[in-house]
Amino acid sequence: MITSAFGVLFDGFAYGMLLFLLSVGLSVTLGMMNFVNLAHCTFGMIGGYVTVTLMNNLGWPFLATLPLAFAAAAIASVAFERTMFRRLYRASDLDQCLLTIGLVFVSVAAAAWFYGTIQQPVNLPSYLRGSFTLVGVTLGVYRLFLIGMSLVVLLALVLALEYTRFGMQVRAAVDNQRMARGLGINVDGAFAITFALGSGLAGLGGALAIDIVGLDPSFALAYLVYVLIVVSVGGLGSIGGSFAAATLLGISDTAGKYYFPQIGSFLIYLVMVGLLLWRPTGLFGRR
Amino acid sequence: MFWRGYWFGAETMRHSRAAMRGTGETVGGPHDYLQAQIRWRNIEIAFWLATLAPFILTPNYLVLASQIAITALFALSLDLILGYAGIVSLGHAAFFGFGAYTAGLIAKYGWGEPLSGLLAAGLAAGLLGYLMSFIIARVRHLALIMITLGFGLLLLEAANSASWLTGGADGLQGVRMWPLFGLFTFDLWGTTSYWYSLVVLFLLFIVSRRLIHSPFGLSLRGIRDNIIRMRAIGAESLAHLQQVYTISAAMAGVAGGLLTQTTETVSLGVLDFQRSADVLVMLILGGAGRLYGGLIGAIIFMVARDQFSGINPQYWYFPIGILLVTVVLFLPNGILGGLAQIAASERWQRWIRPRVPRRSLLP
Repeated sequence: MITSAFGVLFDGFAYGMLLFLLSVGLSVTLGMMNFVNLAHCTFGMIGGYVTVTLMNNLGWPFLATLPLAFAAAAIASVAFERTMFRRLYRASDLDQCLLTIGLVFVSVAAAAWFYGTIQQPVNLPSYLRGSFTLVGVTLGVYRLFLIGMSLVVLLALVLALEYTRFGMQVRAAVDNQRMARGLGINVDGAFAITFALGSGLAGLGGALAIDIVGLDPSFALAYLVYVLIVVSVGGLGSIGGSFAAATLLGISDTAGKYYFPQIGSFLIYLVMVGLLLWRPTGLFGRR
Repeated sequence: MFWRGYWFGAETMRHSRAAMRGTGETVGGPHDYLQAQIRWRNIEIAFWLATLAPFILTPNYLVLASQIAITALFALSLDLILGYAGIVSLGHAAFFGFGAYTAGLIAKYGWGEPLSGLLAAGLAAGLLGYLMSFIIARVRHLALIMITLGFGLLLLEAANSASWLTGGADGLQGVRMWPLFGLFTFDLWGTTSYWYSLVVLFLLFIVSRRLIHSPFGLSLRGIRDNIIRMRAIGAESLAHLQQVYTISAAMAGVAGGLLTQTTETVSLGVLDFQRSADVLVMLILGGAGRLYGGLIGAIIFMVARDQFSGINPQYWYFPIGILLVTVVLFLPNGILGGLAQIAASERWQRWIRPRVPRRSLLP
């Protein structure tokens, strides 16, 4: 009983880290520009398909594909941001929602066209497969790798935001965009870079997600809900909030599906609606 | 006169200017404005007469026609909250599905009378909407989108889990409807279904039309355009939002009930996120904030889907996505909005009106 609880905790934490990678970019960009980007998971999906293509068609090693998954998602996001999103920063929530959900539909159909609707296979290298037992708890090597990777990303993000000049500009823009502009900060430039980095992280998350949750064209819609839950519960523009919310969501979702399989995702949605009623701006949100 | 500029968007201003040009007299206070709006126009009468055409022209497509009427009613219900009151909802299928299951369960457990079943579906969904409205009226922006989305998913999961009641993924079986008024059975060709759906749609359309062209409707548009100012001038914006949300939920429930009664089955699809997204697409395509926007959008969307039903549903969303992006970027008020813009443009006005020779100021 106890060991199974630890196992669930471990798997849930790994799953939470995946959600953290997928959602942290959206949290920061939403906090900065108030742009409701429902297409965020599309960038995750792009990363996933880049990894699959490079590994299965070109025979690249798994680890080498990860930087490319990051870069591909970041480049795609910049292209979208320059051509479409930036026209709608001052538009209503509804217009932003509609444009981005339209892009999600297009990406889902395009992925189905090129790759089919089946789950994409991925062959992990042998050193990432398998598991070992520590004090009675079975730990998957890949999940440990995922957790380690996410913690590195978290540390890098926190350090970059706290101690670099660019991080200061981003924090200023999240706190008060107009004031930051007034002080001469290039908010648009900072936003474009943040947007690319955030989407790149989603691409990395998408690539790392293949072995845990699988990859098929519905990825962009199915994980959108989870990502939005993390962002809205964690609070906009808060990295710590995203981390806490993702951990909470990952563990409670895994535990819910393990202990109460008959009610499925019901619990998650109930918790989310309840939390948003209690604090509409999220657990750590200020606005 | 001056307050009109504050209350109404530019679009309404254009309407009132057009009305002034048309009648050649100055428009007085809000009462006169509403009176001018409430008159039925010829094109509206033509539209409703045209809805009778399928009986004669395409009698093989009456089942599709009744589906369109039901979907149009659903889109109209979304228009009330989204187009007029500015409440973005990604989970409106919750009320549609709740009404559908209510009507289905009543019929399954022994009461197959359609009209009372439909009333019950509307009341049940309206009650649910009333309870939700306490939340909806108080949150905005991302939290609003998330709560409506989450609530829709919550209901879907609940219906999926409670398979002892709803049949779960297999759908609700054994729904048997009695003949309408004891006379008209629901036949395979959809004649009764289309009559029934069309009459219900028309009646609820008249209700919505009256509602929109009332002081209540004006205050809704005020809330949509500037809620802070509405509070400042003492309008009860929260109560108004709650009322319109309840009405809209009840209408969506009636639409769901109609679908159940005309198809005699309920599947989990009535609560799907896809249904919420589809109805949003239809409304945006037709033009939100216009009474006929949802209706036109539903007709175009459903006919297109019927025509392209041969292609894989996976690819069906490609053109839909492209369409959404195009409408948002290039046609912000939908098809009807675009047409209205053309109709109001100077060139068109010059073309349809006989040119009046300009009188010289000097004799």
